Amino acid sequence: MAEFKLPENSVIQKGKTYPAPEGATRIQEVEVYRWDPDSGENPRVDKYKIDLDSCGPMVLDAIIKIKNEIDPTLTFRRSCREGICGSCSMNINGKNTLACTKDIGDIEGPIKIYPLPHMPVVKDIVPDLTHFYAQYASIKPWIQSSTPPPSDRERLQSKEDRTKLDGLYECILCACCSTSCPSYWWNGDRYLGPAILLQAYRWLADSRDENAGERLDELEDPFKLYRCHTIMNCTETCPKGLNPAKAIAEIKKLLVERKIA
Amino acid sequence: MSSNNRPLSPHLDVYKLPLSALLSIVHRGTGAFLSLGSVVLVWWLMALAGGQESFASAQSFMGSFFGCLILFGWTFALFFHLANGIRHLVWDAGYGFEKEAVEKSSLVVLGAAGFLTILVWIVAFTFSTGA
Repeated sequence: MAEFKLPENSVIQKGKTYPAPEGATRIQEVEVYRWDPDSGENPRVDKYKIDLDSCGPMVLDAIIKIKNEIDPTLTFRRSCREGICGSCSMNINGKNTLACTKDIGDIEGPIKIYPLPHMPVVKDIVPDLTHFYAQYASIKPWIQSSTPPPSDRERLQSKEDRTKLDGLYECILCACCSTSCPSYWWNGDRYLGPAILLQAYRWLADSRDENAGERLDELEDPFKLYRCHTIMNCTETCPKGLNPAKAIAEIKKLLVERKIA
Repeated sequence: MSSNNRPLSPHLDVYKLPLSALLSIVHRGTGAFLSLGSVVLVWWLMALAGGQESFASAQSFMGSFFGCLILFGWTFALFFHLANGIRHLVWDAGYGFEKEAVEKSSLVVLGAAGFLTILVWIVAFTFSTGA
């Protein structure tokens, strides 16, 4: 059953406010969700003021600046800072995206940073993705084949077959889409969510995979697949411009096609 | 490290739902509202079967301001659910998933529902004044 309210231990309290650095000219306010597992307290939102004249252009630059210069306890994930590792996914001003590719200049007013929605929080803006990764493993994200590979070379693919993976292989599993999906919020324990379903379709669409039948058997489930109600938040939010909703529709189509074929 | 006391990150409170998500909520709401309406339709038919007196009282309720307001709501619910239902059929066929297409079809669904609702009420009022 959908629980619209946050549990008692998750209700956000008023946090600290840090002053702007002296001599700052272009002040940007940044609000960040904080939670310290050792404090025993509820989460809070801290407010920082940074000088944009000495800050890089992206939201991730602002977060790193806060950690370096104002508050070293601020905890977050980041790695590549160029939108390919998927580590710094978070909710920025009401939308899930990658902090490293989100331009501060696109934001009006204070920058508001929260962890990916409806996830258990490990610390500050770091969510626990254990279940998400377990769901990814459950779709067996690798080529499965019963025929032996050619003895003299790898399994080849025509250019046409290869293009079928465009818009699918680019997914970096940042979980922005899955954690933007209300169906995943309410039924994430059993619904696979847009990211994992896009991955599931990526292997269904691969000409070298020979296990489509079994993959579809696994997906044909009222919860795993059919909790998708085409709300479209996934496609709307994907920082890589991919279309998980369409991939899910393609899976649904494959299931219908094999019924009537 | 204990993981039992981990808070749940905020969701509905912080997420800025796009128009398509709002219309999805409205689709579910109008669906529930319409099933309620079918009960009222049965009540109206039973009043009709019950004879002149019961039908007259049902009619006078439906003709009251409150009755008309609910009927107007049901008319909109019906046309919204119909229009958005057609959009769902198109989606199920695999079309219209691009961001721009979704934005456009959202507006078309809203426009069609509003236009058809008003059209039906204009027709209804034209006939009722004629009678």
